[in-house]
Amino acid sequence: MIGVISYLVFFTTIAAILAIAVLGLNLQWGNTGLFNGGVAAFFGAGAYATILLGGTPQGEHIGGFEIFYPLALAGGALCAGLLAWMVGLLTLKLRHDYLAIATFGVAVAFESFVRNTSVMTGGALGLRGFERPLEALIENPFLYNILFLLVVVLVLASVYVFLQKLLHAPFGRLLRAIREDETAAQSLGKNPSEVRLTAFIVGSVIMGLAGGLYATFYAFISPQDVVPTLTFQIWAMLIVGGAGNNLGALVGTFLIWAVWTGSGWCLSKYAPVEAQIYTGTLQYILIGAIIVSMLLWRPQGIFPEKLVISQSGD
Amino acid sequence: MGDIALSTDRLTVNFGTFCAVNNVSLQLKRHSITGLIGPNGAGKTTFFNALTGMLKPSSGWVMLDGIETTGKRPDQLYASGLARTFQIPRPFSRMSVLENVMLAPLAQRGEHLWGATFSSRKVFDQEQKIRQKALEILDFVTLSALVDHEAGRLSGGQTKLLELARVLMGAPSIILLDEPAAGVNPTLTNVLLERIEALNAQGTTFLIIEHDMDFIMSHCNPVIALSAGEMIFEGTPEEAQANTILLDAYLGAQASD
Ligand SMILES: Nc1ncnc2c1ncn2[C@@H]1O[C@H](COP(=O)(O)OP(=O)(O)O)[C@@H](O)[C@H]1O
Ligand SMILES: [Mg+2]
Repeated sequence: MIGVISYLVFFTTIAAILAIAVLGLNLQWGNTGLFNGGVAAFFGAGAYATILLGGTPQGEHIGGFEIFYPLALAGGALCAGLLAWMVGLLTLKLRHDYLAIATFGVAVAFESFVRNTSVMTGGALGLRGFERPLEALIENPFLYNILFLLVVVLVLASVYVFLQKLLHAPFGRLLRAIREDETAAQSLGKNPSEVRLTAFIVGSVIMGLAGGLYATFYAFISPQDVVPTLTFQIWAMLIVGGAGNNLGALVGTFLIWAVWTGSGWCLSKYAPVEAQIYTGTLQYILIGAIIVSMLLWRPQGIFPEKLVISQSGD
Repeated sequence: MGDIALSTDRLTVNFGTFCAVNNVSLQLKRHSITGLIGPNGAGKTTFFNALTGMLKPSSGWVMLDGIETTGKRPDQLYASGLARTFQIPRPFSRMSVLENVMLAPLAQRGEHLWGATFSSRKVFDQEQKIRQKALEILDFVTLSALVDHEAGRLSGGQTKLLELARVLMGAPSIILLDEPAAGVNPTLTNVLLERIEALNAQGTTFLIIEHDMDFIMSHCNPVIALSAGEMIFEGTPEEAQANTILLDAYLGAQASD
């Protein structure tokens, strides 16, 4: 029994962390129409920076500044924002497919960077030995994981409330207008490049926050965690849940994460041993098939975006 | 403020070797409703694009209220009181009609990240005022029954009215309308004309591209004509009707359409 609960806690923690990243992508794609094909880079920037800022010094490596954990986490998110600012200045003039390709390239470059900058990122081995906050005080690992889950859920709830507030404010209206027709918005006095950059940075900061929590949870981060697979999963979650709808983003995350882990478990339990080496591949095919069917039969997602109407909000 | 709201001096727009607007010098009189006519492909829309900063002119100047504005961005020109609608309407499709209109006012506190996050009393009050005004303007253009409809689902004519409503939110001093009556049924066209006259009486200057000759002849004065990028006529509607060059250019091109 405790095994099942313990697994559920684990499952929910990871799903909640991914949900934060999906909310960040929803701000960019769902609300502003920015196709970020490099989610993994911003998630990864947050993850690495959090560990580097908050970790303990490790031999020859740069990093391990032992900064107070909440500040390290915030610093990690800000690093993701900094990366987004630089990438944004260079690429946000690009439209849809071009922006997608450019940001995808950024993610590939990021992965290659962390794989090769061993002196800072530990190279292919990654960064280990992160001391999780308060872990020394709470001896029972089960209890610790529950506390960690609570913190993650609290962060998720805050991000959710924050984004809902933005979307119901004139700021959200502005994002939607840029998404719908940039030229028309500019003819009404709005500055599209400024708005796009803001949304791109805020969304990436949120992804970086998710990355920081993820690295903290595992007390470990490696290039394997920031491969394009992650970007693909995050996108699947948003598309299935409903781009433009934050509730949809949450539901989509838990659903896809359940399908992903569930299918992995089934394959390892029931598939013949020879087939098990293809588990990852089969999971991709499954998720890919779900995305395709979704785009064919319900492109707006499970929870489509809701029209903001005059009665709402007051 | 002078008598001239907007003027161009030898304004030229080239697309490669093709000259779409050729040395056009125009003076738009303040408080006038000026009609801009000319056959399809004459360069009227391109001229609007150059006036509103959507295209950089190849040469020549644009002056707004006596200040040179050549090369300014559309959003900057809108802030200076110059607004336009589009020949092919550009509604924000997946937004409500009301939201489309509420977007338009400048300097909304809640449009900034800070203001939206810590929305104070001031942000809320401003939003209430904007909502009130948007509802009034939608009423003015006879769309009040549709405030909560998705803008992408309106008819062509209703979309034209929506574009007008959007533009009116900013209370611009000059409004450029690109074929406002095209594809609009006669009832809505009359509503549109009535609204234009009413706003003009309150001091708004209009420059209107239109093919509907009744519209031009009974509501616009002066009338300007472009043909193949060049300004070939400027005068009263009566003079326009009597002008043989104009009739040739217009009817010739229309016959060959
Ligand atoms: N972006 C563009 N690139 C190349 N040619 C263009 C462009 N926009 C318009 N044109 C050409 O310029 C000419 C004038 O077009 P336009 O201004 O739309 O005419 P009008 O509005 O008077 O019908 C047309 O021949 C059109 O094909
Ligand atoms: Mg035209």
